[in-house]
Amino acid sequence: MKGIITVLGNDRVGIIAGVCSHLAESNVNILDISQTIVKGFFNMVMIVDLDACNTSFEGLADDLGKVGESLGVAIKIQHEDIFNTMHRI
Amino acid sequence: MISRMEILETNKMIEESRLDVRTITMGISLLDCADSDIDRFNENIYKKITTYAKDLVKVGNALERQFGIPIVNKRISVTPIAIAAAGCKTDSYVSVAKTLDRAAKDVGVNFIGGFSALVQKGATPSDNLLIESIPEALSVTERVCASVNIGTSRNGLNMDAVKRMGEIILDTAERTKEVDSLGCAKLVVFCNAVEDNPFMAGAFHGVGEKDCVINVGVSGPGVVKSALENVRGKDFETLCETVKRTAFKITRVGQLIAQEASKRLNVPFGIIDLSLAPTPEIGDSIAEIFQEMGLEHAGAPGTTAALAILNDNVKKGGVMASSYVGGLSGAFIPVSEDHGMIEAVKTGALTLEKLEAMTCVCSVGLDMIAIPGSTPASTISGIIADEAAIGMVNNKTTAVRIIPVIGKGIGEVAEFGGLLGFAPIMPVNGFSCEAFVNRGGRIPAPIHSFKN
Repeated sequence: MKGIITVLGNDRVGIIAGVCSHLAESNVNILDISQTIVKGFFNMVMIVDLDACNTSFEGLADDLGKVGESLGVAIKIQHEDIFNTMHRI
Repeated sequence: MISRMEILETNKMIEESRLDVRTITMGISLLDCADSDIDRFNENIYKKITTYAKDLVKVGNALERQFGIPIVNKRISVTPIAIAAAGCKTDSYVSVAKTLDRAAKDVGVNFIGGFSALVQKGATPSDNLLIESIPEALSVTERVCASVNIGTSRNGLNMDAVKRMGEIILDTAERTKEVDSLGCAKLVVFCNAVEDNPFMAGAFHGVGEKDCVINVGVSGPGVVKSALENVRGKDFETLCETVKRTAFKITRVGQLIAQEASKRLNVPFGIIDLSLAPTPEIGDSIAEIFQEMGLEHAGAPGTTAALAILNDNVKKGGVMASSYVGGLSGAFIPVSEDHGMIEAVKTGALTLEKLEAMTCVCSVGLDMIAIPGSTPASTISGIIADEAAIGMVNNKTTAVRIIPVIGKGIGEVAEFGGLLGFAPIMPVNGFSCEAFVNRGGRIPAPIHSFKN
């Protein structure tokens, strides 16, 4: 299954590195990344493959929450189906 | 692949416009729990409810985390107790209400609906027993919701029951006067009640339903309002299209959650109820949608038309988004649960009579309206009769959930707390309808031809 990770917060050094290294540790493959910075505000959307993830969805969500706290950004992971269902018939 | 814009749009709906799934309601049949011994009946229903619903809250919470959308309530509806308990030899159903309350607390749901009777044409001894048990039942339980169906388009109105319900509402108010007559917030009087409504306080599991089903109620007045902000000043075609598109997206989320919940609980999916249900939070209000449409306040001339547009287009958008639509499906206009409606009452823009007119074009009816505690029972029955007549003649569900707040008068405020909110006490027409209500008997079913 695929997950959508969104990261929002003030820009600083190491946000992508922090998120990506945690994903690598959890054996989560990144399929797509898009990132922008508007007036110092960091905004990233990632699409990831969770099939080989070595922890549960809830566990990964909790861990990413902690990574977000340490980086001063909000990190959210959601199952891709909520977006597919809403925007695709 | 899903685009960045689409991802951000969905999350903006959830985070800024308060999109949520309002309720996952598990409907459970209690017909197979029948026993002539009331204690054994209570034991049977407790066992069945706590077995079937043991994972309901856990699964709801897991779905909430996985899809990143709040699922505000997890609830249970059961077979109307007047039917399920009809075989019991007893002189009160209060113990049944207590059992339902205990089961609700033990599985962690915040409301359980179905302390109900269907008396549209007449009442059995069991129906009468249930109705007489309502005031005490609602005063000694916390999570039990009661409802009574007093009319249908096919059967007409049972005016004996209408009369009695006025008295029952007042009695319930009196018994819960310490908490601003809160008991009445858990009591609904229906015309054309539906069997698969997931919303409280009027939910019950109809006898035409399966043993157990999952019904889901979606919401999202805030999402509709923010979508309308982008088309301010545009014509009605654009307005309607915008509501339809938004309702479609909201409902798709409900459909996803319903299917997933059904799969994980191994319980068949029943219906999605396409309702726009407000909460007392800012930005989650039906009245704010009216203001965005161009009305100074809810209640201004044009409000009934605005509500008709909203209601119709929510249905048009939502129907295509779900495989099964049911329940009440439309816009709710509870006063105490919508800060914009409260504001409209306070400023004098919205009156009881205007609310009655609005109920002709929306789902349900006079909802969460606080009136003076000194209102006579016959006047409450008159209000119920008026509302039921609208439902009966127009083939729609109407309901009355009215709270005569004992010890408080016009201009004072009743506090119910939480999702039930607070309400300024509204004036009621003081002219008497006692002789009308006291006639007793039934109003025959209306003619369904010569529509004018």
